[in-house]
Parts: sequence; C-alpha cells; structure tokens
Amino acid sequence: MSAQSSSPEITFQAPHAGNTKRIWRTFWVLSILTIIELAIGLLLYNMHKGEAPNATLVLAFKGMVCILTLAKAYYIVSVFMHLGDEIRNMIMTIVVPLMLFIWFIAAFLWDGNSWKNLRNRYNGKPQEIEKVTPAAKEKGAKD
Amino acid sequence: MDTAAVQQGTKWWSGGRSPFNASYGKVMMWYFLMSDAFTFGAFLISYGTIRFSVNDWADPNKVFNSFPLAGHANLPLAFVSLMTFILIASSVTMVLAVHEGHHMNRKGVEKYMLWTIIGGAAFLSCQAWEWTHLLTGEHIALLDNGTLSVLPTTVKSNPWGTEVHHEALLTALQNTPRIQLLEIAGTLHETGANHNVAALSDAELIRTIEAAGIHANNPGPIAFGGYFFGITGFHGFHVFSGVVINVVMYIKTKLGHFDQRGHYEMIEKAGLYWHFVDLVWVFVFLCFYLI
Repeated sequence: MSAQSSSPEITFQAPHAGNTKRIWRTFWVLSILTIIELAIGLLLYNMHKGEAPNATLVLAFKGMVCILTLAKAYYIVSVFMHLGDEIRNMIMTIVVPLMLFIWFIAAFLWDGNSWKNLRNRYNGKPQEIEKVTPAAKEKGAKD
Repeated sequence: MDTAAVQQGTKWWSGGRSPFNASYGKVMMWYFLMSDAFTFGAFLISYGTIRFSVNDWADPNKVFNSFPLAGHANLPLAFVSLMTFILIASSVTMVLAVHEGHHMNRKGVEKYMLWTIIGGAAFLSCQAWEWTHLLTGEHIALLDNGTLSVLPTTVKSNPWGTEVHHEALLTALQNTPRIQLLEIAGTLHETGANHNVAALSDAELIRTIEAAGIHANNPGPIAFGGYFFGITGFHGFHVFSGVVINVVMYIKTKLGHFDQRGHYEMIEKAGLYWHFVDLVWVFVFLCFYLI
C-alpha cells in the first residue's frame, strides 16, 4: 500500500498497484501493435512498387492500421493515463463527448470525397455544360 | 423529511465533496485535454478532407524515406519508427515516475522524470532534423511552364505529385533555361562533375543530367506542406511545452516540494499532459506516415 495522503478532496483512495507489471505489459502491447502497424506499412509500400495494387485490399490494410491505432489509444488512455481507474461517471464525461468524432470523421471525409468526384466530373469541361441549355432552347423555338 | 441525515452523508454536488472523487486540478486537466483533442481532431479531419478531395496526394514512403547520416539510402518508415519508439519509451518512464510518486519515493520520481525529459528532448531533436531535411531538401519537379526546376518541401511548394513520364521529362529538359539546369546538375550526387558544371555548355549540361537518370514529379497539392508542418508543428509545440512542464516538475521534486505537500499529484497531472502528447502522436503517425 502507498504511504500517500492525497489532497483533502479525495475521500477514498483506490489502492495503488504495488509493482510495475501492468505498466511494462502495456509497454509491450504498445510496442507490438506499433511493429504490426509498421509491418503493414511496409507491406503497403511493397504493394505500390509494381503495377497499381488492388484498391480494396489497400483500403482493408489501411483500415486495419486505423483499428490498431485505436487499440493503442485505448491502452494509453486507460492504463498510462489511469482513466480506467477513475469513477465511471468521470470516464463518461470524457468519452461521451469524444463520440462526436464518429460523425465528424464520417461527414467531413464524405464531403472531401464528394469534392473530388465533382471536380473530376466537371473540371476542364465547362463549355460542354453551357452548350446543353441553348441547344434545348433552339429546339423548343423551332417547335 | 430527514434532510439533516441526507446532508451529512450524501450531499454530493453542493460542496465539501468531489463528485468524481478526484481533485479539481486533475478533473480540469482531463477537460483541458479533451478540448485539446478536439483541436487536434479538427486539424486532422481538415487534413483528411482535403486529402480525400484530390486525386493524388504525396506518398509518405517517398517523402519520409531518409535517416540521419544514412546519405541517400531509401529507408521508408525508419526514422518515424524511431521517433514513435522514443515517445512510447518516454511515456513509460513518465508512468513509472507517477508510480514512484504514489509510493512517495523521491529518488525514483527524479530518476524517471529525468529519463522522460531526455526522451522529450530526443523527440524534438528528431523533429528538428526532419523539418530541416524537408525544408532544405531539393527535388526535381516539372513546373507549370513546362520547365524543370528544383523545389524544397515547404508550405508553398510540394514536389511530390505524380511522376513525370520519361519522354515528357526529356522534352521539358530541352525547354529548361540554363540557370535551372545548373540547379538540377547541382543536385546530382552520382556524378563527380559538381565542381565544373558551370563550365559546361547547355547541351552538355542536358546530356549530363540525362545520363544521371533523373526522376521528376509534377508539383503535388500545395496543401501538403501546410498540413504537415502545421500539425506536426502544433504537436511539436505540445512536446516542447510538455518538456518545460516536466523540467519544472523535476526541479520541484528535487527541492522536495511534493514531500512537504504530502503527495505527488502534480507529477500525475504533468503525466496526463505528457501521455496526451504521446496519444496525439499515435494519430499523427497514422495520418501522415502510415496511410
């Protein structure tokens, strides 16, 4: 047990870990996850060397790296920052607002992708679009 | 109603008791970090939006492929892995310092805080090298006017677009004025001719450059440099302020302030900030270097 007498605001002190086993275990988890990420990164690098790789496969590997990153973030926040040891309501006041990121990411990336599609569709051909309307009008005038 | 009994035992929110059984400082540090997470999140999502909106983005394996003292060896991911492991290691020493603080072990806190500070300084040095390398690095790019030139990676220029085909490269070389040819010849490391390129005629210069088998890219989206330097710079600023906070904590530990106070909670709060810096790097590493 610790000899700590904490600030008066704290009425109950959860017993602190006696040894550093959990910290070192988390260190190894983070290192191994990083090494797996790097392995996937190198795999992607080698896939891009020859002809254009399968886009779905590339996306799948990138998705895997994102999931591994979220796992790393969970370990850092929960163990290193001791958020996992706090009171549940405290955890919720931090985690629930961060849920907004799900929508932020989906909406903005969707928007970016839409820009790309619009640009690819219309860039360099504004005249074609202008021609369509007068042609239709001419036809209507003749009738 | 027996209000007196309620007041004595469970008047949770009206003072006298912390609702989360945590100190004010620690709860507020968490809320600060949450707001900071939104700031970083906004930057990274903005970067993602722009990256999704263009057809070609800079390939990180080409941009970040060098290592200090390794010359021009092609080492994708190597240097950034080193930076990532430095930050993970300094996060571990920080959490060990917090652990020693729980046990009121001043010598242990001092030792691990010192290692954390060293880790932070090492990370900042790595970043300084990387920025210098990008800002001063010279890469051959095909300009809009059909000539070849040498561009660094800055907030205003991005030489990392799609690769120029060989025929287009040779045509552009013929159109390139002498001053740009000399610049390009200056970047050729294989030829030992660097000292006398100025003496060569234009045709000879073009032949030398062709013989060196150069590659050139189209300029990439201008936003790349701004996002890269902006976001890694903002993160680097957090690392720097984290190191300053850790130095202050180290000095206060050495002076015995926390022993007098009876607890090492300040180390915990500094630790929260430091781990947050590591947390952000995990995402910066993902967004700029891995995918």
